[in-house]
Amino acid sequence: MILIDSVAVMLAIVLPTIAATFAFAWWFRASNEKARRLPDWDYSGRIELIVWGIPLLVIMLLGGVAWIGSHDLDPAKPLTSNTPPIEVQAVSLDWKWLFIYPKQGVASVNRLVIPAGAPVHFSLTSASVMNAFFIPQLGSMIYTMNGMTTQLNLQADAPGVFRGISSHYSGDGFSDMHFDVVATPAAEFEAWIKATRNVGPTLNSASYAELARQSINAHPFSFGAADPDLFQQIVSQKLPPGPGPSSGRPDVSVSPRTEH
Amino acid sequence: MWGKLSWAAIPFDQPIPLIASGVVGFALVAVLALIALKGWLPYLWREWITSVDHKRIGIMYVVLAMVMLLRGFTDAIMMRSQQALAFRSPGYLPPEHYDQIFSAHGTLMIFFVAMPFVIGLMNFVTPLQLGVRDVAFPTLNSVGFWLTATGALLVNISLLVGEFARTGWLPFPPLSELTYSPGVGVDYYLWSLQISGVGALLAGVNLLTTVLKLRAPGMTYMRMPMFCWTTLASNLLIVAAFPVLTATLAMLLLDRYLGFHFFTNEAGGNVMMFMNLIWVWGHPEVYILILPAFGIFSEVVSTFSGKPLFGYRSMVAATMVICVLSFTVWLHHFFTMGTGADVNALFGIASMIIAVPTGVKVFNWLFTMYGGRIVYSTPLLWALGFMVTFVIGGMSGVLLANPPADFVLHNSLFLVAHFHNVIIGGVLFGAFAGYTYWFPKAFGFRLHEGLGKASFWCWIVGFYVTFMPLYVLGLMGMTRRMQHYDVAAWRPWLLVAAGGAAIILIGIILQTAQLVVSIRRRADLRDETGDPWNGRSLEWATASPPPVFNFAATPRIKNDDAYWGAKQRALQESRLGEEPAYTDIEMPRNTPTGFVCAFFATIMGFALIWHIWWIAGLALFGSYATFVVFAWRDKDEYVIPAETVARIDRANRSARNAALARRPAAP
Amino acid sequence: MTAFEAAAGRENPSRPTTLGHAAAALASKRIVTSYGFWIFLLSDIIMFSCLFAAYAVLMGDTAGGPTGRELFNLRNVELETACLLLSSFTCGLAGVGARAHRGSLFYGAMTTTLMLGAGFLSLETREFAGMIASGAGPTRSAFLSAFFTLVGCHGLHVSVGLLWLLTMMAQVFAKGYREDILRRMLCFGLFWHALDIIWVALFTVVYLIGARQ
Repeated sequence: MILIDSVAVMLAIVLPTIAATFAFAWWFRASNEKARRLPDWDYSGRIELIVWGIPLLVIMLLGGVAWIGSHDLDPAKPLTSNTPPIEVQAVSLDWKWLFIYPKQGVASVNRLVIPAGAPVHFSLTSASVMNAFFIPQLGSMIYTMNGMTTQLNLQADAPGVFRGISSHYSGDGFSDMHFDVVATPAAEFEAWIKATRNVGPTLNSASYAELARQSINAHPFSFGAADPDLFQQIVSQKLPPGPGPSSGRPDVSVSPRTEH
Repeated sequence: MWGKLSWAAIPFDQPIPLIASGVVGFALVAVLALIALKGWLPYLWREWITSVDHKRIGIMYVVLAMVMLLRGFTDAIMMRSQQALAFRSPGYLPPEHYDQIFSAHGTLMIFFVAMPFVIGLMNFVTPLQLGVRDVAFPTLNSVGFWLTATGALLVNISLLVGEFARTGWLPFPPLSELTYSPGVGVDYYLWSLQISGVGALLAGVNLLTTVLKLRAPGMTYMRMPMFCWTTLASNLLIVAAFPVLTATLAMLLLDRYLGFHFFTNEAGGNVMMFMNLIWVWGHPEVYILILPAFGIFSEVVSTFSGKPLFGYRSMVAATMVICVLSFTVWLHHFFTMGTGADVNALFGIASMIIAVPTGVKVFNWLFTMYGGRIVYSTPLLWALGFMVTFVIGGMSGVLLANPPADFVLHNSLFLVAHFHNVIIGGVLFGAFAGYTYWFPKAFGFRLHEGLGKASFWCWIVGFYVTFMPLYVLGLMGMTRRMQHYDVAAWRPWLLVAAGGAAIILIGIILQTAQLVVSIRRRADLRDETGDPWNGRSLEWATASPPPVFNFAATPRIKNDDAYWGAKQRALQESRLGEEPAYTDIEMPRNTPTGFVCAFFATIMGFALIWHIWWIAGLALFGSYATFVVFAWRDKDEYVIPAETVARIDRANRSARNAALARRPAAP
Repeated sequence: MTAFEAAAGRENPSRPTTLGHAAAALASKRIVTSYGFWIFLLSDIIMFSCLFAAYAVLMGDTAGGPTGRELFNLRNVELETACLLLSSFTCGLAGVGARAHRGSLFYGAMTTTLMLGAGFLSLETREFAGMIASGAGPTRSAFLSAFFTLVGCHGLHVSVGLLWLLTMMAQVFAKGYREDILRRMLCFGLFWHALDIIWVALFTVVYLIGARQ
C-alpha cells in the first residue's frame, strides 16, 4: 500500500518533469524559429521558490508516510490478533534453515510449517555468517546474525505453500538456501506436530554440530525432539559458530535443485 | 620462502579464468611489444608515465577507467547470461566462480571505473576552469594516479593467480573473515582497495587544495563554474570519507592477518560495527561519484542551450546541502538489521530529504534549457538521457528509503536496478558526456558525432531493456546474487535483461569504433580555435590541446562565465584582446616518483596477499627510498622561455583571429 | 552553430603580474603546502576517530578477558604523556632553529625530540609486551583488539614521525636550509603536533576513562 501511495505521489511530480524535459528540449531546439529566446535569463525568484518548494512538500508528505509506516510495520511489533502467536526460532546455517518450535519440542530443516490465520513470532539468529530471512509473500525480511537475536512477526492469512529465501548473500551455497513455507489450517498444524514428534532424529548439541557443517541443498527433514535451550546456546555462543569450509581451497560441488 | 604462493594458485583446471587471463595477458604482451618495437617507450616514459601535468594525468585516469570498464562489462555480460541460462540448471559458471564475478564487477565498476573516470575529468578540467597553470601538488597527483592503477592491476592479477573475493563488492564479515573465506580472494580485495584508497585520498587532498587555494585573480567562489563547485564538494567528501574506508578495511585486515577480533563471531567481535562503518564511507562515496556528474551536466546543458546556468546560487546551495546530508543517511543501507522503528524512520526521512536538493538541480537544468537555443550534440543527448533516467532512479530511491518498503525490497533486484539506474544513468552518462565534451580540448579534435549518437541510443535503450525487468523481478521477490533459480516466472524477464546487456554491448562497440574513426579522421574533426562548442568557461580560452602551461598569462576574472564575457566583447569589436607581454614560465619537472612508488606498491601488495613477508618488507623500504630520493632532488622546476610561450600562444591567437574574420560581426 | 566561435584573452592585462607556475603566483607555496598538509592531517584525524569509535563500541566486549581497569598502569602512561608533550615543545624549537638557520638549536632540538619520541615508543612497547606476555594480547578479545589497534596506530605514526625526523635532519645536513626543506620542516611540525592532539584524546578516552571503570 505504502509502495503504491508513494509511487503515485512521486509520479505526480516525476511524470510532468519528464514531459517538461522532452517538451523544453524539443521546443527550444536551435532550428525552431518560433521559440522564444532568452539568452541571458538565469534567475527568477518565483521559479526558485517553486523548485525548492515542490520537492520539499512532497518529501514532507512522504516523510510522514515513512514515519507512520516504520512504526506500524516494524517487524518486531507484535501483530494484533485474538490467537496467541506461535513461537518459532529460526537459525540460518551454511546453507540451510533450521526452524525450532520450542513449545512443541520439534524442529525442522528447510521446511517451515505454520498455522494459517495465526500470528507467528520468529526469533532469529545465525549459526555462522549473516543471512536475511524472507518470505516475500508474507512480508518483511530481517537479518540473522551470529550472537544476536532479531525479531519478526508474520501471519499467513490463508493456507498455501509459499517460498522462503535467504535474501542476504552468504557464500557459495546461497542460491539453494530456500525453503517451503506451508501454511495449513490450525487442525492440520496440530496433526503435523503430532506426526513429527518423536519421529526421526533428536536435535541436541551433537546433531546441531553435524548440521552446522557446510552443505548445499539439504532436503527437508524434521527432528522429533528438540533441546529447548538450543537456540539460546547458539545466540550466547555456548555452541561454537559454524566451522566454515573444511580446507583452504573451496571445493563446493554444484548441486542445483532440479526438482521440487 | 614464497608464502602461500604455489603452482596450485593458478587455476589450470578452470578454463574460463585461464582463457580470460590468457587473452588479457596476450593483449598486454602485444601492446608492450608494439610499444617496444615502434620505439614509443622513451616517448611514453618522458611524456606520460613520468608526467606531472594535470591534463596528462587526467587523461591517464580516464584511459584506466575505460579499460577497466571493458573488464567490468565483461563480468556483467557473464552475470546476465548465467542468470538467463541457470533456470533449473547450473548454467556455465559454478558458484565459486560466479561469486567472484559479481564481486569483481562491483569492485571494478565503483573503484576502478567510476572513481578514476570522475577523478580524471576533475583533474583535467578543474585547473583549466579556475584559470591556473597546475594543481597544488603535481607530483602527489602522479603518485595518486599510479597507486590507483596499482589497485586495478592487483584485481586483475587475481584473475590468473589465486582468486578474487567471493564476498560481494563490500566484504561483509563474518563471511569475509578467515574462518569463512580462507582463500586469498578477500586479501586481493583488501590490499587493492587499501592501495588505491591512498591514491584516492591523495587526489582528494590535491584537488581540494587546488580549488580552495589556487584560483585565478578574480575567480571568487561565486564565480566558479558549477563543475568546480562539484569538484570541491566531491573532494571534500573524498577527504572526509576515504579515511573511514581505510580504517574499516584495516580492521578487517588485522582480523584476517593477525587474528584480531573486530568483526569475528568469536571473542566479542561486532559485525554491526562493520556495517555502520562501511556505509559511513559507502554512502558519501555515491555522492563523490554523482556530484561531479551533476557538474558536467550543468556545463553541458548550459553550453548547448547557449545560456548561463539557471539558478546558479541554488545549484551551489543544493550541491553543498547534498555534500553535508550524505553523511547522515548511511543507516538506510541496512534497515533490515532490525535497529528499531524510530532509528529507521529517522534515517529514512533524512535519505528522502536528499531528494529535495537533487530535485532542485533537475528543475534548474530544465529552466536552463527554457528559452535556449538547444544544439543536439552528443554531450547534450547524454545529459537529456540522464535527466529522464535519473528522475526514475531517484524515485525508486525514495521508495527504498521508506523503511516499510525496504523491508520487502532490500537486497532484491529492485535494489540492483535502482543503483544501476542512478550510477549508469547518472555517473556513467555524466562521464560519457564529459568525455565527449572535453575530448576536443584534450586532443585537439572532436569525436565523431554520428557514431557517438548511435552509441548513446544503444546505451539508453540497452539500459532500459536491462534494468526495467530487474525492477519487476525485484517486486516478484527475486533476490540478488543468485547463481541459479527455479522459479519459472522469473525466466522471461531475465532473458530480456540479457538481451538488454547485448544492446549495451553494441553501444560499447560503437564507442570503440567512434574513437578509432575519430582518430583516423582527425584532420576533418580538428578543433582549430580551442572553442569547438561555443563554450562559456575558461578551459575554452586555451588552445586545443592546451599548452603545458595552460595559460600564457594568468587570466583575470571580471564576471561569471569568465570566458563568455571576454568572447562577447571580442565578437563585438571583431578583434581579440591585447596580446599579453609574455614572460618566462616555470613549470614542475616530470618525475618517475609516482610510477616507481606504484611499482613497489604493486610488489608489496602482491607479497602481502601471498604472505611473502620478506618481499613485502623490501618493497616497503623501496617506496620509502623512492620518496627520499625524490626529496633529495635539487631542481624541481624548469623554465619555458618567453619566446616559446609567445610562439605557442600566437599560433592560437592567429587561429582565433582567422575564425573571427570568417564570421560576420556580432549584432 | 558555427563551432569555431572566436575570442581570446581579452581580459589579459598588458603588464602581467605573475611569474612562475600557478602555485608560486597565486598563493605562496608555503601556504599551499601547509594548507594541503593540514587537509591530509584532518583526514588522518578522521581515520583515528573511526578507531576511537570502534574502541568505544568494543570497550565492553572483553569476552571474559581482562578489562582496562585491570590492565592500565597510569604511571607508565603519565610518563609517556610527558615525553610526548615535551617533544612537541622541542619540535617547535627545532622549527624556530630551522627558520633562523641556527644549526645548534635545530640539531639540538631535533635530537631531543628524537630521544623523547624514542622514549615514548620504548615505554609503549614495554607496556604492549607486558600485556601480551600476561595473555592480554590483541587476539584475546575484541576490546583488546580495538585497544591495540588504536594505541598501536598512534605508535606507528610516532615511528613514522621519527623516521621522517631523521630524514629531515639528514636533508638539512646535506642541503642546508633551503626553501623547500623549510616547507617540509613546517609540515613535520604540524604532523608532530597533530600526534600530540591525538594522544591527548587517547589518554583521556582510553586510559583515564578505562582505568576508572
